[in-house]
Amino acid sequence: MSTLAQHIQREFPEGFVKAVEWRGDLTVTVRRESLHDVAGFLHDDPEMDFDYIVHVSSVDWPDDVERFEVVYEFYSIRKRHRIRLKTRVPESDCEVISLTDIWKGADFMEREVYDMMGIRFRNHPDLRRILMPDDYDEGYPLRKDFPLRGKGWRDTFEFLDEKVL
Amino acid sequence: MGLIQIGRHDKDGELDIITTSLEKVVNWARKGSLWPMTFGLACCAIEMIAAVSSRYDMDRYGAGVFRASPRQSDLMIVAGTVCRRMAPVIRKIYDQMPEPKYVIAMGSCATSGNIYDSYSVVQGVDRFVPVDIYVPGCPPTPEALFDGILKLQERIMQKRVFVKQPEQVRV
Repeated sequence: MSTLAQHIQREFPEGFVKAVEWRGDLTVTVRRESLHDVAGFLHDDPEMDFDYIVHVSSVDWPDDVERFEVVYEFYSIRKRHRIRLKTRVPESDCEVISLTDIWKGADFMEREVYDMMGIRFRNHPDLRRILMPDDYDEGYPLRKDFPLRGKGWRDTFEFLDEKVL
Repeated sequence: MGLIQIGRHDKDGELDIITTSLEKVVNWARKGSLWPMTFGLACCAIEMIAAVSSRYDMDRYGAGVFRASPRQSDLMIVAGTVCRRMAPVIRKIYDQMPEPKYVIAMGSCATSGNIYDSYSVVQGVDRFVPVDIYVPGCPPTPEALFDGILKLQERIMQKRVFVKQPEQVRV
């Protein structure tokens, strides 16, 4: 296990789940409850110094009990190392704590995860849809049980008063 | 154009008088100064830009004056994938264009949605604006776009200007 992962495990023995390194990419999985603390540690600790948030994304594992996975990727501009942080949330309570208070750049990316996968972020300053319209009501398009062609929204044009085509 | 030459100038033999119908002159003027509206949405826009720039030079067909405003243009080239969220914008811009106005659906996406059979992509721009010419290709080459413009010019020449147009087919 890399020193970064050992460091995290030492600091958070409760929250740490596992660390995987594959072809030089380090992925650390933590429990949802300690996600915010681990992220704060990654940002503030001088050994870690992850000052840049690369991306926030999410994965749907429809057969698992903890169905959704939120994936954060961080980079340290000064130390030039990266880490991928994962956490799992169940469908019944799909909410994680927002990291916008640590990295402001997480704002839009968390909104995208909310828009596409329906995972809510607690303490997010402005949790609205970002890609789909605000009044879109067909659900969350990137979930595995969402039909590929949607539920009719793409074929309804409410701004046409009559069909003249 | 069906021009009839009546006579030549006495001194240099240049064309002196031509007779034609007013309708043909109007159509000829319209087809020779198509002012397109840029509606580049995706990679097709790059080919459209290439068609306007120096190597291909769309100005040769009088269609090179790209305007950023719908109120100054009479040809809308929808170039690229039309997302459902963009649809009201396209329709609004189409409505803002002054008559007579024409629409070219450039590329497979604007024509049919292409491979993007997904929840967010409109399956052809003709679902909400009337399209005159469909240009196939993914993306079409500038030559293909020219073919579409020349076909549109042929079509403009066949329009009736001073008599009532036939009613559009209503669904």
